Amino acid sequence: MAGQSDPHPSHFSAQEVEFMAEDEIIEIVPNMKMEPLNLICGDYGPFFPQMVTQVPIWLAIALKKRGKCAIRPPSWMSIESLTRILESERESQEAFQVLPFHYVEISRLLFDHARDDISDIYMVRSLIEDIRDVRFHKVETSLESFEDARSSAVRINNLSAMEVNIVRPFVGRALQAFYKHGSPDLIPNPERVSNSISNRWQQAPDQGQRRPLRKR
Amino acid sequence: MESGSGDGSTVPKMDDYESLISTTDVEHLKRVWRREKAAPEIFQFESALIGRIKEQIQLTEETVEEFVEAKTDPLTVSLYQMDLDRTQFLLRSYLRIRLQKIEKYMFHILKMDELFNRLSKEEKSFAERCCDDLKMHLEDCVLSRLPDNYQSILKQSIISEETDMVPKPQLDTFVVCKTKYYLGHIQLEDGDNGNPDDRGNQRHLEEPFEMEPNVLYFVRYKPIKKFVEEGKIDLY
Repeated sequence: MAGQSDPHPSHFSAQEVEFMAEDEIIEIVPNMKMEPLNLICGDYGPFFPQMVTQVPIWLAIALKKRGKCAIRPPSWMSIESLTRILESERESQEAFQVLPFHYVEISRLLFDHARDDISDIYMVRSLIEDIRDVRFHKVETSLESFEDARSSAVRINNLSAMEVNIVRPFVGRALQAFYKHGSPDLIPNPERVSNSISNRWQQAPDQGQRRPLRKR
Repeated sequence: MESGSGDGSTVPKMDDYESLISTTDVEHLKRVWRREKAAPEIFQFESALIGRIKEQIQLTEETVEEFVEAKTDPLTVSLYQMDLDRTQFLLRSYLRIRLQKIEKYMFHILKMDELFNRLSKEEKSFAERCCDDLKMHLEDCVLSRLPDNYQSILKQSIISEETDMVPKPQLDTFVVCKTKYYLGHIQLEDGDNGNPDDRGNQRHLEEPFEMEPNVLYFVRYKPIKKFVEEGKIDLY
């Protein structure tokens, strides 16, 4: 059978999210000369020593592993920028700060493979972990507000790819359950009852939350 | 680069030349793969895109072989190989997800012409063979031994009004999506479902939903199904 062990084809695994993140562009400083690469996913190069070039992260890491380049951490990964973001996250209860969509994966990849290219790596790492914790806590508390929404759409501002992936299964099922159980025949609204009397269900206005029983 | 829109490809017709030439086939494949993974039902098979990708993969495989024979720098060879592996992964995963969906909903797909026509030629013959095999197996092992009224493979019993033994894709699932351009007037709640019992139970129709560009939303799949098929909304 084609199905692998994953019973839910709609769920992305963490590795797949990282795979998508690896296509993001990052800057490198090569220390060698190389001809341009005409890959299926695009053309990169030519590479000259000390000339900043833009390549996808997977390519940058492959070159870094073979000692052919240094990776330049993106501008949002500086201590000043991250400290600022962390403070704003802590101040605001509802809103999420703007961060690159794949910030979790990108920072993880760089920590694993380009430690020496990041200055103050321990500080940066702890800042990013704090940011992740604060954001995740916000996601958890905002889940409580879903039941008031009673609409079929929830706006998730500025959530990152990995965070979306983690909450997706739960939020998806929760919203589906809210939708299913929020339908009007179970919770009649006084203004709606007068419009919605059908042949089968004779709803009295004081029916309240009880399930309408079949007429005998 | 041809946009391949003549054969039912659902990549949106881009107005700006810039984005047309800058989106590679791999980007398209990635988008299509994500969409196929996130949505509950199967989409139109992107035959033109897949054909082009297969050609490019073959070309790269030949290039890699030539490099190895010409004893080029192993670094270059390994980078081409990595790119090849990544593209092959996307292609294989795309095909696998579709096969998974076909296996899950095979009777439903075979019954609905609209869905059946979304499959590629190979997928169609796969679906038919799968159905025949499963039908034969179930009939031999179980159905022929059940009482007469319960022997249908599609219905629970003769008195069932619908084909309730057939699993259908759940269009009510919530998906994460984003649109590139502003979309207004999306009707979120179902109007008349066509089901007479539901007419009394219409949900309160709120103002038509609007989607701002580049913002993520959790939305029920059914109302945006049309937009996803047209390529106006991306699934994540």
